[in-house]
Amino acid sequence: MTATAGIGDRVPQVTLDPISQFESDYARKRRRSRMGWLIGTVLFALAFALTSWMGDFFKVTQVTLPDGSRDWRWIIPAGIPRLGEYISKTIPDLHWDTLGTDLENWFWRWKVWLRLLLETILIAFLATVIGVVGGFLLSFPAARNLTPNAWVLWITRRYLEIARTVPELVWALIFVFCFSVGPLAGVAAIGLHATGALGKLYSEVNENIDMRPLEGVKAAGGTWFDQIRYGAVPQVLPNIISYTLLRFEINVRSSSIIGYVGAGGLGQEIRTAMSFQEYQDLSALFIIIFVTVMIIDYGSEKLRHRVIGLEAHS
Amino acid sequence: MTGNLILADVTRQFGETTAVDRVNLSIAPGQFVGVIGRSGAGKSTMLRLINRLVDPTAGSISFDGVEVTALRGKALRAWRRDCAMIFQQFNLVDRLDVLTNVLIGRLAEHGFLSSMAMRFTDAERTMAIQALDRLDLVPQALQRAGTLSGGQQQRVAIAKALLQKPRIMLADEPIASLDPANATRVMDGLKQINTEDKLTVLVNLHTLDTARAYCDRIVAMRAGRVMFDGTASQLTDEVVRDIYGLEGLAEFNEAVTSTAARRTGRVWEDA
Repeated sequence: MTATAGIGDRVPQVTLDPISQFESDYARKRRRSRMGWLIGTVLFALAFALTSWMGDFFKVTQVTLPDGSRDWRWIIPAGIPRLGEYISKTIPDLHWDTLGTDLENWFWRWKVWLRLLLETILIAFLATVIGVVGGFLLSFPAARNLTPNAWVLWITRRYLEIARTVPELVWALIFVFCFSVGPLAGVAAIGLHATGALGKLYSEVNENIDMRPLEGVKAAGGTWFDQIRYGAVPQVLPNIISYTLLRFEINVRSSSIIGYVGAGGLGQEIRTAMSFQEYQDLSALFIIIFVTVMIIDYGSEKLRHRVIGLEAHS
Repeated sequence: MTGNLILADVTRQFGETTAVDRVNLSIAPGQFVGVIGRSGAGKSTMLRLINRLVDPTAGSISFDGVEVTALRGKALRAWRRDCAMIFQQFNLVDRLDVLTNVLIGRLAEHGFLSSMAMRFTDAERTMAIQALDRLDLVPQALQRAGTLSGGQQQRVAIAKALLQKPRIMLADEPIASLDPANATRVMDGLKQINTEDKLTVLVNLHTLDTARAYCDRIVAMRAGRVMFDGTASQLTDEVVRDIYGLEGLAEFNEAVTSTAARRTGRVWEDA
């Protein structure tokens, strides 16, 4: 189809014997890579020093010592013990003989929390559905090899970028303003963000497919949609399922915090507990979220591996 | 004049390279035409130009008096349906079953919704099974296409092409990836379609033997140009040497030993 490119149309100016030519080339290459490494290390060290300084890592602050006096201390060793203090504040007094009532006191709002937990999972589920549908549909025009034209590529890519670069909490603030406080705002916020994130991931999967089946469909008189449906979708489906389950896990985590700005789910309880300094409620909520996320992660991982395994065996 | 395929001064450039250079051809209905040439001679581009997978830089392609190069949208898709294309690498969808792969040949007749839902009529499924039966592939109908051997996959591609009810069959190096036995089966299949269905077949080959064994007419290309156009008997070794030089002749004959298909007269049976 294409003519062979001319080989040997560039002749080296100086003709050395091959071995010494190699020696000098190799020495030059070594020098260059050592230089690159040095420059990279210096730049990284500078960036690290600058950002840690801006991040108050070297700050010296006044702290109260155990005997009540005040003194200047470097912030990091001074602050770390307070982490233990915080955790110990959140853990309730549990005694073996009164364990039942102690737990009851710890999880005293369990009925509300369970309802909100369900709401959290439903928000995550619905948001994932929205994200999958939107991301899937847009991933084809957003793939460089499949897009019908450059304009469509540009527009879909920018849309997906905006959808995913704006954090879920910011989308949630906007949607709470639109739809008022409640789970609808959370679904819209996480769904929009997931559309952007999944659209990007899916489109990268699309860019790695074999184009020959699509050509086969095209040559038979198929439309662009036919080429996508028959040529591309069967190839990308296992990856899409895998990424979708992964996204559901991420969305459960997101939806458990999104209530912080009033967008439904357990987050609103976290906010209340924090503002009233109910440290033990915080630990109870944390345990609920932790266990839920763990169960969902475990289940979806099993499912994902099954999908991948099916792929490997067929 | 019905069903004549006419290429007039067809040229295609890729950057500096002229892949197809002022090609003039007129192909009458029912002919079995072999296009030979080394890789890079422009054979593949020429078939792609006819099917409009590639657009010409200059020149005109017409079929049955209709200017093919001017077709757009639905008319273009109808043209692609009319000139079915077989590829060297089969271009099937590995993860779909054989039946669905064959039914892809019907897509040009489908609307958006039925196509997206992969809904085909019973009549279409019957057509597909009949085509698969002609190619001895009914037992594999529900297998994934990717699990089939190369020869079987190429025959699935032929069945798919048949479902398009084409007027011309284009085959781009259909046997270059196959072993001799399968190559023979595929070439016999094309010949059978040519004689029984009266379909024009235009096939790219890289071996002289196969071309001489199957083709009524042989077109030899070099560097995008048509260097020879005549019957198989006219294409003697002397003519080939004139066109390609001594090394070219050796190259063609050497290739014969690898994947040449020789006509057996038998159709479809053998392993």
